[in-house]
Amino acid sequence: MFAYTIRRLATLVPVLLGMTFIVFMMIRAIPGNPAQLILGQQATKEAVAALTQRLGLDQPWYTQFIDYLTGLFTGDLGVSLKTNVPIAEEVWPYLAATIELALVAMVIAIVIGVNAGIISAWFQNSWFDYTAMVLALVGVSMPIFWLGLMEQYVFSIHFDLLPTTGRDNIRVPVDPITHLYLIDTLIQGRMDQFAEVIKHLILPGVALGTIPMAIIARMTRSSMLEVMRSDYIRTARAKGMKMFWVVYKHSLKNALIPVVTVIGLQTGLLLGGAILTETIFGWPGIGTYIYDAISYRDYPVIQSGILVVATIFVLINLLVDLLYAAIDPRIKFK
Amino acid sequence: MSELTRSTPPVVPQPQHMPVEPVEDKVISPWKDAWRSFKKNKIALVGLSIVSLFILVAIFADLIAPYSYSEVELKDKHIAPSAEHWFGTDEFGRDILSRVIHGARISLWVGFFSVAGSVIVGSLLGIIAGYYGRWVDSIISRIFDILLAFPSILLAIAVVSVLGPSLKNALIAIAIINIPTFGRLLRSRVLSVKEEEYITAARAIGMSDFRILIHHILPNSLAPIIVQGTLAIATAIIEAAALGFLGMGAQPPTPEWGKMLADSKDFIIQAPWTVLFPGLAIMLTVLGFNLMGDGLRDALDPRMKS
Repeated sequence: MFAYTIRRLATLVPVLLGMTFIVFMMIRAIPGNPAQLILGQQATKEAVAALTQRLGLDQPWYTQFIDYLTGLFTGDLGVSLKTNVPIAEEVWPYLAATIELALVAMVIAIVIGVNAGIISAWFQNSWFDYTAMVLALVGVSMPIFWLGLMEQYVFSIHFDLLPTTGRDNIRVPVDPITHLYLIDTLIQGRMDQFAEVIKHLILPGVALGTIPMAIIARMTRSSMLEVMRSDYIRTARAKGMKMFWVVYKHSLKNALIPVVTVIGLQTGLLLGGAILTETIFGWPGIGTYIYDAISYRDYPVIQSGILVVATIFVLINLLVDLLYAAIDPRIKFK
Repeated sequence: MSELTRSTPPVVPQPQHMPVEPVEDKVISPWKDAWRSFKKNKIALVGLSIVSLFILVAIFADLIAPYSYSEVELKDKHIAPSAEHWFGTDEFGRDILSRVIHGARISLWVGFFSVAGSVIVGSLLGIIAGYYGRWVDSIISRIFDILLAFPSILLAIAVVSVLGPSLKNALIAIAIINIPTFGRLLRSRVLSVKEEEYITAARAIGMSDFRILIHHILPNSLAPIIVQGTLAIATAIIEAAALGFLGMGAQPPTPEWGKMLADSKDFIIQAPWTVLFPGLAIMLTVLGFNLMGDGLRDALDPRMKS
């Protein structure tokens, strides 16, 4: 396991370097003078020259890249052009908001997806099975930004059950400590706020969780069907074990192995979906951070924002690989 | 992908006691065989029908659309769905049905051409990597790894933020993010075919690399490209709509579905139909391609047949 971990980590180095290089090249790939583009046509020559120097664009590209890399190693992600605050200092609240949303979406996807898959396999070819699998087919084809809008229309506007936007009630804002509001409100013992935060999480969580939910449900179903045909399950049933325990104790344990990989892969993919969900639900996450930076042409924020998300994505994938190798020892020797 | 679509039994062989017909008539090409099992897959046929419907709508958009997609008629603003305007009108009084119909043309166009671009570039890189191996392979494979290290929509956003927002640039961005999928597919295909005896034989009789490629390796890779391509069109359509929705794709007055959603989302309270129909169109098209792709996989990939 140790050797495998080292080998996996070693393959990570060129990927991270390449990723950084692509992100670094972004601003330099802009046709014309990036500083002019950022400042607009009316900008004075002095302002353009000052910004060019500030962005380091007057240096040869390899010096710039080495500077950028050294900066990253010391935790310097650059300075936002809009707020003039170092990005490393202001990024955490946004990142925390996205992490909270993604985790909730994943919990919703796993709880509903895995159970729907189990019941579908248990009662194969029943009406539940058909309904669930048709819904799952529709779910994987769902444009989540549209689903989000429809949720808002039905649950916020029509029935007025849940809030449309934001993370908390703006009249009673949460006092941030970790910026993970579920934890913050619990630490402060503010159950009213905790409930409010949950309410705000439901709609974006469901929108973001729909695609992984559908994929997890299908994966669980096919994996369960395979396991339930095996000999040891027949034995368990033959000795008179209750079907519920056969399903949830014996079958599930083995059926979950492929499901775990899917869950891991989907967690990474959620980060991409989060950008779309956040813009609809006014969620102040990293997606909103990058999106706002694009309209402001705040290239340092766009670059570092993308780099942060992509790095997390790569790390999650690494974790999934290691986890999978730990569950299934055959992987290591491939 | 799903159990539902994997229902077709293989073609039943003729029982022994039947009179034996001339062999020539019984030989069916692999494509015919695939079509036979595809035909028996009801869900795949539903997918094919949805896709065909949208393709027809896209081709004959000018004939079918009851109104102009771009003509502004402010007095007709936000009319609810009615006999005159089946899907209602938007904030500029434009007929939504007509816009959705013309939108089919744009979405399918982006879907087909972006995937065609990824297939061509990806296959070329994959073939080079697989065929020449060594350092060429290492470099190309690392590039694929790096491209796959980004969440796809994020990479698309990065590309568009450099090139500038337009439908053409969105198409390029989507084509780029799908390159590694086809590159890896072709590379692994070449690696496995390369060791086959008939390739050694072809080389022994003096066939050139290029001819081996055209006559043996490409035909052998066609089936998985078709399957993966169909599924990739589904993703490409969603991604194009997502970019349009973020204002990074099609620009007004182009009736692109994602852009339509973005423009009408502020009027969702007064005119929910402006949001409902473009979204339904995206979902249906994507569903069609997904179902068809699943069906094709079952039909074309014998290993998936159960």
